[in-house]
Amino acid sequence: MTGRLPEFRVLPAGERGLVVELGNLISPEVNARVQRLARRINQKSIAGVIEVVPTYRSLLVYFDPFNISRSDLVEAIQQMLASDEGLEVVEKEGVRVVHVPVCYGGEFGPDLEYVAQHNRLSIEEVITIHSSRPYLVYMLGFTPGFPYLGGMSDKIATPRLEKPRAKIPQGSVGIAGAQTGLYPIESPGGWRLIGRTPLRPFLPGTANPFLFDAGDYLRFIPISPEEYHHIRRDVEAGFFSPDIRTVSLEDISDD
Amino acid sequence: MIKTIKPGLFSTVQDEGRWGYQAYGMPVAGAMDRYASRVANLLAGNRKGAAVLEMTMLGGAFEFESQCLVSLCGADMQPNLDGAKVPNWSAFQVAAGSVLSFDYVAAGCRTYLAVHGGIKVPLVLGSRSTYTRAGVGGLEGRPLKVDDVLRVGNDVGSRALPTTLPEQFTARYDQELTLRVVMGPQDDMFAPEGIRTFMESKYTVSNEADRMGYRLEGPKIEHAGAADIISDALPEGAVQVPAHGMPIVMMADRQTTGGYPKIATVIGPDLSWLAQGRPGDTVCFRSCSDREALEVLRSEENRYFEIERFLEEQQSLVWTAC
Repeated sequence: MTGRLPEFRVLPAGERGLVVELGNLISPEVNARVQRLARRINQKSIAGVIEVVPTYRSLLVYFDPFNISRSDLVEAIQQMLASDEGLEVVEKEGVRVVHVPVCYGGEFGPDLEYVAQHNRLSIEEVITIHSSRPYLVYMLGFTPGFPYLGGMSDKIATPRLEKPRAKIPQGSVGIAGAQTGLYPIESPGGWRLIGRTPLRPFLPGTANPFLFDAGDYLRFIPISPEEYHHIRRDVEAGFFSPDIRTVSLEDISDD
Repeated sequence: MIKTIKPGLFSTVQDEGRWGYQAYGMPVAGAMDRYASRVANLLAGNRKGAAVLEMTMLGGAFEFESQCLVSLCGADMQPNLDGAKVPNWSAFQVAAGSVLSFDYVAAGCRTYLAVHGGIKVPLVLGSRSTYTRAGVGGLEGRPLKVDDVLRVGNDVGSRALPTTLPEQFTARYDQELTLRVVMGPQDDMFAPEGIRTFMESKYTVSNEADRMGYRLEGPKIEHAGAADIISDALPEGAVQVPAHGMPIVMMADRQTTGGYPKIATVIGPDLSWLAQGRPGDTVCFRSCSDREALEVLRSEENRYFEIERFLEEQQSLVWTAC
């Protein structure tokens, strides 16, 4: 083995938790390392590991200290990181691209006009910019199935609402600063709402309750209100299967 | 079947939590006071992790359709069976048609009612715990309401007999808490004065204290620099300190991720004590080593063993007497 171990820190998180930090920035490369380490720990099923929670640039590992000692766990993780070194950051098997239909504006996107005005763009331009690139799911959090997305164009960045709304409908797509995202369940929030998806990214009680996984890419597909209601009916009836493709990372922008 | 005559203030079905889905943003939930809920299951002869009813501040009233054995642990809500007082931290038989009712807590905050066999609600992502914010688990994902019917399951671990636990195994809830913490993960983001303030001050439980987190009030904890981090995972018991400098202890329904630095993590065994805390109670933090935290965890485990042994002895006495 050549070279040195990539930079990482292990931090305590209670008597049965530890945090492995692989950097201190939001970047697809650091996040890919996080995802890969999480997958490895899960696949290796180390005795005593309870759960791994990957985020932007670190992982929280819950473990049973009577089953595996902290030092043994740290050593096992170190070995994984060491053997990870030198691997291509891009996974050979490709990445998932989830197509998310969105009806922009109108009652579904009450802030679309504001976003356009704020950025001196037409409504159509905002929709085109928002739906023209793929977004990386860095992690899920906040509420079940909520994706933290990266990659939005600065051209449509808009500050949050000064006063958050008490209730944002399920499926709402919004912008907050330079971030975009969508609400899998009804929740309070201060995002500028630009549209709504008829999909249900969180469906408890079904075989696949979570539509998104960290490491996926999302692509927003503009649809009409008629299409929205049509897809929504199928989603509610359990007939709709979302368009999910696996593509190589190089092909992601023109899948 | 158990019929809800009065639901109480906020009563939910809980087990040991929905572990394994935090990577999808799914909070763990589960019983807030793991000691009281686990002891309630031991008393009821249930398997570890059977679903129990968690009542908060004000208990409900329940009518039992058939005879069964139930147990009560945690805060004392002055339980009453058909008009007669019953002891807390005990297991007893309830006859068909009987009504078990509760009042306001005398001390503590949360009471656990276990039924021999456990409460039967559908498993959602491997757990029966209610997470009300997303409407998941328990009874339709919500707290109990009038006329709700709770079914009894089959999570039986052993035989169970009416008994009352000796005082050494019960908990007495004090309004002054000292919680042991392991420092980190982000204690390096606090100024030395900030760490000192955190360790040496007395905090008060605010009115914003629920299953998600306990917001505390008291001297401001100074950060060394920025008061936010790139959002990362929130461990159980994490003490988050936002820019305002007031600590928030993250509890069972905590969000999976958060963007404030976490100065320390309350150790698991002590979270049960905080779960019984009420607005106005005071909290002090004491730093402990990982080794000490493990000793406390081991003594908690030993306590469960001792309770099991006590219950086995009780049973052998009864069976010999027959």
